[in-house]
Amino acid sequence: MKSLVLLNNTQVSLTLDRLAYQVFERHGDLKDTVLIALQPRGVHLGRRILEKVKAFSNKSEVPYGELDITFYRDDFRRRDGVLIPSSTNINFSIENKKVVLIDDVLFTGRTVRSGLDALLDFGRPETVELLVLIDRRFSRELPVQPDYTGRTVDVISEEKVRVDWSENNDKNEVILFSDIQNDEG
Amino acid sequence: MTKVSSKHLLGIKDINADDVHLIFNTADTFKEVLNRPIKKVPSLRDVTIANVFFENSTRTRLSFELAEKRLSADVVNFSAGSSSVKKGETLIDTVNNILAMKVDMVVMRHPNPGACVFLSKHVNCSIINAGDGAHEHPTQALLDAYSLREKVGDLKGLKVLIAGDILHSRVALSNIFCLQMLGAEVAVSGPATLIPKHIHSLGVKVMLDFREALQWCDVVNMLRIQMERQDIQYFPTLREYTMQYGLSRQLLEEIGKKDIIIMHPGPINRGVEITSDLADGEDSIILNQVENGVAVRMAILYLLAGKPD
Repeated sequence: MKSLVLLNNTQVSLTLDRLAYQVFERHGDLKDTVLIALQPRGVHLGRRILEKVKAFSNKSEVPYGELDITFYRDDFRRRDGVLIPSSTNINFSIENKKVVLIDDVLFTGRTVRSGLDALLDFGRPETVELLVLIDRRFSRELPVQPDYTGRTVDVISEEKVRVDWSENNDKNEVILFSDIQNDEG
Repeated sequence: MTKVSSKHLLGIKDINADDVHLIFNTADTFKEVLNRPIKKVPSLRDVTIANVFFENSTRTRLSFELAEKRLSADVVNFSAGSSSVKKGETLIDTVNNILAMKVDMVVMRHPNPGACVFLSKHVNCSIINAGDGAHEHPTQALLDAYSLREKVGDLKGLKVLIAGDILHSRVALSNIFCLQMLGAEVAVSGPATLIPKHIHSLGVKVMLDFREALQWCDVVNMLRIQMERQDIQYFPTLREYTMQYGLSRQLLEEIGKKDIIIMHPGPINRGVEITSDLADGEDSIILNQVENGVAVRMAILYLLAGKPD
């Protein structure tokens, strides 16, 4: 299996800064803005974006929640076994709020679809935007597009993109794995 | 990706500690769901569940029905009183007829011990035992252990006393299996006539002296006297039973017992096995048990509603 670093530690850091600035730029005073990260992998990104947005906007508190979508998946009973749910922590209403939904990799779009369903159980938001670190744009199975993108990558379905965070790894990194042979030599 | 080890939940005896922890961890997330403004998730929206009750029930049936509805399953209820069972239909026929209408899971309560095991060998769907005679009541034991875990954390070394009508109690047997599996010590107390003969072979202490047993325990689970199952007289009068085995504030004060967790699987006969002030007091987790029942049953249904064969 071949691997290729798509974003190294420094690049991830710059990208996070840019994403947070874009959220701040578009939302201004952040009055009705709430950040919601998708469990389990989106929360590492979500917590970082939250810290940066707070720092850039000089606000001590921006509402932030973590949402688990396990019970809203569309493949339950279509696969062997069950997925173990993660916790959901949203202790505020999202009624009439401007939600920024955060996940690490946008792939088929099915997770985001489930996320939207799950989100509506907490109220009717005014708007929902999507922020992702990696957009695998040619792998979509549903019509879902991000509003804030860290890096767009053009990879085929068999290739894997993995985001490693310093919580579990020694640094932040985005890696592409591929076992496809390159015939062109 | 993970699974419970069994397709059915027939009794605690048929599952292992890993299954129990999986059920508890899943129940934690459902408990969070139950505290949301919209207490419903769409997980089981393509699943139909039949609640087949050959014996009366309020709490268990309501709890199952709520759990099913909050998972978005379709629910059909069936009780023996108003059914063809009275016309002489067999259990297998009854259930196969229900399944022919495209039902995916069956929750069953039956007065005969082993009815669910028997059924599981003859029909092709997941079966959840909601109580079979004096045998097992696994979901009750799981919600009891879950409520204790919520209150004290780890159950290892916890001393749990089950008191009252042990002989006729399915709650007692399932609780013994479940608590022991999680590392708790279990004792039973009650009139000698209501203690099953060989119960010590399960590794359970038998303490006929209720006061001594109360001194020993951290938790007491008070069972109801099951008059409907008693074909002979097991003790002289209810009044005498209450004097010997009834739990009251006065008794706890007399023996100087503080820090005790009080449980009851319901329905309570107030003034018989327990006085009202204790049942409603701050040491009681009786209503927590009921509340947790829905989350635990949601977890069980969710975990068993895996991929169809």
